[in-house]
Amino acid sequence: MKEKLANPNYDVNIKGRNRGGLIWRWIFQASTVVGILALTALLLNIMNGAFGYVALEARVDPGTLAVNGTPLENQTREQLISVLKEHISSGAFNKLEKDQPFAKRSLANIRQVILERVVKYDVKQSWSLWESITRVNQIKQESTTKYPKAKLQFTSWLSSDFVGRPQSSEALTAGVRTAILGSLWTILFTILVAFPIGVGAAIYLEEYATDNWLNRLIRTNINNLAGVPSIVYGILGLAIFVRTLEPLTSGSIFGYADSVTANGRTVLAAGLTLGLLVLPIIIINAQEAIRAVPQSLRKASYGLGATKWQTVWYHVLPNAIPGILTGTILAVSRAIGETAPLVVVGASTAISFDPTSPFSKFTTLPIQIYQWTSRPQDEFRSLAAAAIIVLLIILLGLNAAAILLRNRFSRSY
Amino acid sequence: MAQPLSNHKNSNYVLETKGLGISYGDFQAVTGVNIPVKRHKITAIIGPSGCGKSTLLRAFNRMNELFAGTSIEGQVLFDGENLYDPAVDPVEVRYRIGMVFQKPNPFPKSIYENIAWGARIHGFKGKMDELVESCLQQAALWEEVKDKLNQSGLALSGGQQQRLCIARALAVQPEVILMDEPASALDPIATLKIEELMQELKKHYTIVIVTHNMQQAARVSDYTAMMMLVDRQTRSGTVIEYDDTNIIFTRPKDKRTEDYVTGRFG
Repeated sequence: MKEKLANPNYDVNIKGRNRGGLIWRWIFQASTVVGILALTALLLNIMNGAFGYVALEARVDPGTLAVNGTPLENQTREQLISVLKEHISSGAFNKLEKDQPFAKRSLANIRQVILERVVKYDVKQSWSLWESITRVNQIKQESTTKYPKAKLQFTSWLSSDFVGRPQSSEALTAGVRTAILGSLWTILFTILVAFPIGVGAAIYLEEYATDNWLNRLIRTNINNLAGVPSIVYGILGLAIFVRTLEPLTSGSIFGYADSVTANGRTVLAAGLTLGLLVLPIIIINAQEAIRAVPQSLRKASYGLGATKWQTVWYHVLPNAIPGILTGTILAVSRAIGETAPLVVVGASTAISFDPTSPFSKFTTLPIQIYQWTSRPQDEFRSLAAAAIIVLLIILLGLNAAAILLRNRFSRSY
Repeated sequence: MAQPLSNHKNSNYVLETKGLGISYGDFQAVTGVNIPVKRHKITAIIGPSGCGKSTLLRAFNRMNELFAGTSIEGQVLFDGENLYDPAVDPVEVRYRIGMVFQKPNPFPKSIYENIAWGARIHGFKGKMDELVESCLQQAALWEEVKDKLNQSGLALSGGQQQRLCIARALAVQPEVILMDEPASALDPIATLKIEELMQELKKHYTIVIVTHNMQQAARVSDYTAMMMLVDRQTRSGTVIEYDDTNIIFTRPKDKRTEDYVTGRFG
């Protein structure tokens, strides 16, 4: 290009401007890379914990428990019970019988009891995935010299057994079924409470409330509520749902009586507490979504003589629903990962029976993870890593479901 | 539902303003407007930007109060009854006095649904397909869209969208159609189509149109109201002259009108 005649009032400097833009571009790219690195490190760290070699030592070799040559796996109920009786005290046996009669237990369950109470595998040492890959020979050597009786095996702490088993105090037999069900039950009530109330409040604030100081105050404070630390909601939940509304949350006003009553420290109380916690988030996001519906659409509707409700129902909501669902996904993701408020409202840390109703005692995945990571033994940290993977998968699953739902609602027009 | 507006049609005036003033909070946007809107005629409201033309237009179907929170003084008579009487339901006002907006704003639905929805919410019990067809035909859009009624209204061109909006307004059978610069976002050909359409429509409907385009007002309207800011301090507008369009554009009584329509304004 021919050079433009210079005007002394302009210092055009296009090269310099481009260079400045390039530097900013590098900075933004670097930020993205840092974010990706952090995420990768997180995932690798979890993976590193969830798989690896363990050295197991049995107190009683399961081979010696064979009855007339029938190994443990193929024994009948009577044979299993007799093996159990033989190796544990009658007091311990009676207690187990009282928890759940052996006649009613599944064979797998009895076998697991034998593994837990008789065989008693003990994790002598566990190695991380990284060590297991890079130092296989050293690990084998170390294991045979330090623990001659132990068997070394590569273990995936994350397994279908792990997902399907209830909580246990032994790392090898512990699972997350109780915690998964607890999380799902809790989140169900969270959504049931927070979604309709949140969307309803957002509709009222955006479409009906007049712009006066009171409503402005309410709007501002909903924003503030979204920033309140979750532990505060836990304390609120403890005071209201666990203590004050105990008859409701324990189910006693519905005539529900549980022998292991939780005194209000139930799924319902936890769900309500988390519902309260995510309510402001849902309201704010729904408000944003409703506000984003073009004013021209409302005008078109009113111009045809539609009432306010017809306008909201037929035009505003259908156009805001994708945004509302996006906000709800965020809120539910937050709720499912919450730990602190649930500790306060009394989530149990060591229960092995599944929640069966809103009035059950419960534990959730984050609580379980927290409890395992605070144990001194290495193997529980491996369990925690496996449980984190389960939690992430559940989160992704819920989000995927919500995204599918959202795409269904946002029609192609 | 409040008491329905009466239905007598003996008067020549469909709408009539009596000392109409409109304020946004402390700001008086329009003052002292006294104009009639005659049945089956096209009344144009012209004037420079910011003089309150659209505000006045929206006062005719109580649209102002929905979005801007305006207050009103004086009266707007619809077949002799005050639209702003507490007993009148604004929903019924908007049902009987329809509106077409400056920017085409079809619903994000199919062409068919765009028209059917308005009829449906007012409890239309007849044959919907026929209604949709007749509305599209009245809006001179039928031939262009009859094969794609299930397509999105937003997929049409700007001019087609605006005619769709007119067809949509017709589906609820209004008595008056208010048009707020309906062609300002359109090209000359689409504008011409809308103008021809208005000539057709005035056989059955009364039309009030706000326009920036003086040629358009001269071409399409029967009566013209000239608005202007009367007070530079308060920035309040009013109708300074109302008459036959021919008179307004050839021998206006007011010097300011003459300056404006001849392009010597300023």
